[in-house]
Amino acid sequence: MHPAFQGFVTIFLGVGGCLAYFYFSNQFLDKVLFPAKGENIGRNINRANLVRPWLFLFPAIFALGLYLAYPVFATLWYSLTDREQGGAFVGLANYQQMFADPKFWEALKNNMLWLSVVPAASTAFGLLAAQLTDRIKWGAIAKSLIFMPMAISFVGASVIFKLIYDTRPVGQSQIGVLNAVWLQFDGGVGSFLILRLVPGLLMICVAAAAVFVAWNMVQTARSGKGGGLATGLRAIGAIILAGIALVALSFAFGAFTKTYNYGVPQTWLTIPGWNSFFLMIVLIWIQTGFAMVILSAALRGIPEETIEAAIVDGANPFQVFFKIKMPQISGTIVVVWTTITLVVLKVFDIVFAMTNGQWETQVLANYMYDKLFRANDWGLGSASAMIIMLLVSPILIWNVYNARKEMR
Amino acid sequence: MDNIAGSKSSLTWIVHISVVLLVALWLFPTVGLLVSSFRTTDQISSSGWWQSLFPTEQNVTLRTTDPDDEGVQTLIDGVYTITGNLFDEPTAEIGVWGTSSRAIDSYVAGDTADLGDGETITVQANGDYVWTGTTELSGRGQRVFATASTPPDFTLANYEKVLFSGSQTDNMLKAFTNTLTVTIPATIIPIVIAAFAAYALAWMDFPGRAILIAMVVGLLVVPLQLALIPLLKLHLNIGIGKGYWGVWLAHTGFGLPLAIYLLRNYMVGLPRDIIENARVDGATDFQIFTKIILPLSFPALASFAIFQFLWTWNDLLVAKVFLIDSTGQTTVMTNQIVELLGTRGGNWEILATAAFVSIAVPLAVFFAMQKYLVRGLLAGSVK
Repeated sequence: MHPAFQGFVTIFLGVGGCLAYFYFSNQFLDKVLFPAKGENIGRNINRANLVRPWLFLFPAIFALGLYLAYPVFATLWYSLTDREQGGAFVGLANYQQMFADPKFWEALKNNMLWLSVVPAASTAFGLLAAQLTDRIKWGAIAKSLIFMPMAISFVGASVIFKLIYDTRPVGQSQIGVLNAVWLQFDGGVGSFLILRLVPGLLMICVAAAAVFVAWNMVQTARSGKGGGLATGLRAIGAIILAGIALVALSFAFGAFTKTYNYGVPQTWLTIPGWNSFFLMIVLIWIQTGFAMVILSAALRGIPEETIEAAIVDGANPFQVFFKIKMPQISGTIVVVWTTITLVVLKVFDIVFAMTNGQWETQVLANYMYDKLFRANDWGLGSASAMIIMLLVSPILIWNVYNARKEMR
Repeated sequence: MDNIAGSKSSLTWIVHISVVLLVALWLFPTVGLLVSSFRTTDQISSSGWWQSLFPTEQNVTLRTTDPDDEGVQTLIDGVYTITGNLFDEPTAEIGVWGTSSRAIDSYVAGDTADLGDGETITVQANGDYVWTGTTELSGRGQRVFATASTPPDFTLANYEKVLFSGSQTDNMLKAFTNTLTVTIPATIIPIVIAAFAAYALAWMDFPGRAILIAMVVGLLVVPLQLALIPLLKLHLNIGIGKGYWGVWLAHTGFGLPLAIYLLRNYMVGLPRDIIENARVDGATDFQIFTKIILPLSFPALASFAIFQFLWTWNDLLVAKVFLIDSTGQTTVMTNQIVELLGTRGGNWEILATAAFVSIAVPLAVFFAMQKYLVRGLLAGSVK
């Protein structure tokens, strides 16, 4: 049977089967099991109404349980067993083996780097795009063009950016944009401005912003508002931000002192340390549109009066943005940030297609795929999947907590 | 400073320019791929795609017909003459030319060069030449060094090759139908299942409802990496193995939390009066669902359908794990492209075309139904 035909049969059977299930199970409930007639009519109707929700829910619960809930526990179990020994329980041996693997630490380090760069950059660009496009007439068109990469697959985007990063030997004309631009630099004044001063200052600004936010957090934490948990979270946040500030400062130092290889085409994806950033650009390019759409809606939701009042009081556009608008959309920023964080934690296709984890670009999801399907080591693969789950779980708990709070 | 006269217009200009730059930056990569997919191998490897939009100036070495060839020389008014065109396909235009490699700009198009020994050659801009000599011309063809400008030149040959050539490695058509076969059932089936569940979670009262909703929210973020091994094992054990059934079921399972969450949030917002009136009029839950809720929920259904479509169409991991077996008969486009990246890393014309074939459909869906996509995003993440 041709797969396309099989597909149509599946749609027909799947949809028809679902509808038939819902229809006949309801009929069965109302007509046969608890008929709404006879002496027990009242009791029967109540009983039928007790059962009915579960009829509606059964297929979904079954699928969710089998395809998402059960695997969490099964993977946990596999991570504690060894396939070679016929699935015998081996305790934490897989984890021990994984922690001894330098590739794992490389993947974890890269994941942390992705986590600190991609959500921040996407949200910042998204906020910038949202703020700018909201003020002009052709903003809708601009928005849809910036949003467009959302529809492009990670694999497609990888091909697009591989063309940009392409390298030809010295002497041939470069077909990758990045190298074509790179060869324009010759070490003169322009090169100093663009390659040293601008990135150096930018990194110093990032460091300053991180220190500023961290300082605010410390101040709030010391005042003891919001109980122990909030204080603890703020302390952790301040430490992370201080780390980011330190990294940014070291980058700034590097920007001023690094010796550049002018006039030589670079193979961008093989430069350790930098290549991860070139991969991150792909994801930032995709996710900025998402951040922009959400944040633009939030910006429009801000009551006009608050902005008007600020302007009447003499606030300049930057004060309006940072002191009036930002606090009102901070909740949305957190949501965007966490959503992109989730995407980053699971990032697989981009690394798989562009470098396959070579040249120190490994990330956890690709490490896991490697262990699972190349090394065929299910125990180690499961253990690394559990690490991803562990990293996701704070967001999971936070989301569930918020959803519960909202429903009350 | 919107309230101070004079400062607003300059600020508006800055905003306009910044947005133009931002859009250009975001569009540039995709345009590069699109343009490259219309160029030939030689063009791609000889110049960057951004140069192909303008006429290119190239220094070329050309050669006239060999005088020793049979019948090329004619005797006109006592002068031996050879006429012809320097180009195989006359599309380029000669600006300046010369007869020595050291002085390639000695003459402009239309000039006549004296070659000595009574020989002359005249070259026109379109490559037509007249080579004359007072004695019979001999030896090899005369070399002409020229600076030629080629107009932008695009071809559909790459698409023909990728879609219709039938070649084993490059053919995307089979991968295209395979992707379609995966995508459509994987989009429709979760909608049906989720719609009923969402109705129950939104409008039916039963113990445990709040916990179920919280569980759906939790499952929303469970990484599907965790599901790979246990489900592959399950599929192998119950005899589905690797194939379309496996991938349909997997996509259904993975898409359900978002579907339920989106649809429930939408259904909860529907007016209570309509549903209660219908109940009073004696409608059963099944009737309320099919006759009232489902038609009213169309925007949310469309939102989710687009999400799921884009996600299944663009997916690589699930297809690699649950669908593609060692025969490679069921390969999907994303996988095909990754394989091309490995085997044809330098053949940008094939890669660019293949990639564009795979992103054309999502882009069309995106631009056609952007409204629903945005609505779904807003409902799915803003709380």
